[in-house]
Amino acid sequence: MCGKQTRRTPPREKGPVSKSNIPQFLVHSPEDNVGVVVVEDLKAGTKMLGVITENDTTIHVTAKHDIPIGHKVALKDLKEGDTVIKYGEDVGRMIGNAKEGEHVHVHNHKTKRW
Amino acid sequence: MATKKGKSSAGSSNLSFWGWRRENGRVGVRNHVIILPLDDLSNAACEAVANNIKGTMALPHHYGRLQFGEDLELHFRTLIGAGSNPNVAAVVVIGIEDGWTDRVVKGIAKTGKPVVGFGIEGHGDIAIIAKASYKAKEFVQWASELKREECDISDLWVSTKCGESDTTTGLGSCPTVGNMYDKLIPKGIYGVFGETSEITGAEHICVKRAATPAIGEKWMKTFKAYQDEVIEANKVDDLSESQPTKGNIAGGLSSIEEKALGNLEKIGRNCTFIDVLKPAEAPAKGAGLYYMDTSSAAAECVTLMAAGGYVVHTFPTGQGNIIGNPIVPVIKISANPKTLRTMPEHIDVDVTGILRREMTLDTAGDALIDMIVRTSNGRLTAAEALGHREFVMTKLYRSA
Repeated sequence: MCGKQTRRTPPREKGPVSKSNIPQFLVHSPEDNVGVVVVEDLKAGTKMLGVITENDTTIHVTAKHDIPIGHKVALKDLKEGDTVIKYGEDVGRMIGNAKEGEHVHVHNHKTKRW
Repeated sequence: MATKKGKSSAGSSNLSFWGWRRENGRVGVRNHVIILPLDDLSNAACEAVANNIKGTMALPHHYGRLQFGEDLELHFRTLIGAGSNPNVAAVVVIGIEDGWTDRVVKGIAKTGKPVVGFGIEGHGDIAIIAKASYKAKEFVQWASELKREECDISDLWVSTKCGESDTTTGLGSCPTVGNMYDKLIPKGIYGVFGETSEITGAEHICVKRAATPAIGEKWMKTFKAYQDEVIEANKVDDLSESQPTKGNIAGGLSSIEEKALGNLEKIGRNCTFIDVLKPAEAPAKGAGLYYMDTSSAAAECVTLMAAGGYVVHTFPTGQGNIIGNPIVPVIKISANPKTLRTMPEHIDVDVTGILRREMTLDTAGDALIDMIVRTSNGRLTAAEALGHREFVMTKLYRSA
């Protein structure tokens, strides 16, 4: 099961990440392997600033898709069958692959219940 | 009048509000005179009375005929609970016949508030509308002279249920409600949360929030019964588009587990629940947080909590659920900037600052408490101003 080990904060990328300290995505727990895009009109290629709310640390991920506000972004490469971790908890399984920075939603993520 | 409370903050030791203390000691924040149909057949007469007598309100609904067993008990509990709610000053009940009408009247009369019932059979709509209108006029004029008094915050019963959730509810608006409960439950308010199907995937966390292992066991039994008797017994697929809803999915949620974990953010970090209530059951174990077994459909759930006696509802929404309730003010909280941009008239508390990391949960919780006090003092919620009066009975199974 993936996501059990504590995620390390990736190295900060150089360059015009963001004009302000307003994050493009938020992550609940350091154990999570997905984050939530919290800005509208996010475009592929954006070097995103993220904040892990539980411990207030920042991370950076480059968006590989246009991702709508509220939708999830993979924080690491996820393969079919992997457990998706959010809130530090199991929130279902991958039914397709998503590389870091790609969109995670109903096309590649599904409940383990019902 | 109460200006010192105008800027309420959770830090102040003696939060108060201005409400109507009813005959049984409970405090309401609204002063409705309602015209309550026993059954679907009596909606027309109730609406005619409410049209005749200004300042009264009919609560039309769809059921009340040939129900039996637990479903019938729930029907009575919901109607009697709605009439008994302290936001209601007086009640006129109209039913197709006298027997069940009288059962609702007697149930509401236990509160000591004015209540009267009329059966239509043997008289017809027109005669009953006339009789009931005279009584409704008497009640509404009497109620219009009742005065608010200053009450301690511990007299307030505050319910919660979220709707059209998305990932921003779990990040912002639900934890805002949780922060409010963490601050107000210790001050002696009654709280309640529910949505039994929507704990799926977070039940291992919810059960640990029971005040004792016995209460946890009672909760788990309720949870499992809903899974077995409602979900497993009737499902034809994985419930995608129903739970999570289409709106939830549009907002970024993609599994029930993800939705459930966000939902549970509404009970904060410290509160434990002290009992598990049946739908529409009034809490009876003193002040504190309760769990009520409800569906996750907004109007059904809020109606059940209103019937349980709760007088203010806090409703986090992501995508913009527009629900209201006829007798309970429903306060909408949203952290989704798109929703605030596209449908701001529905939102009472804007906590979008949480997503921008400009607003802390502590500040958001205080803003909600401030809005709860202002709403209790008389401020109309967005749903009230827009005329949302969704009164929806929960039906457990088909009628006989």
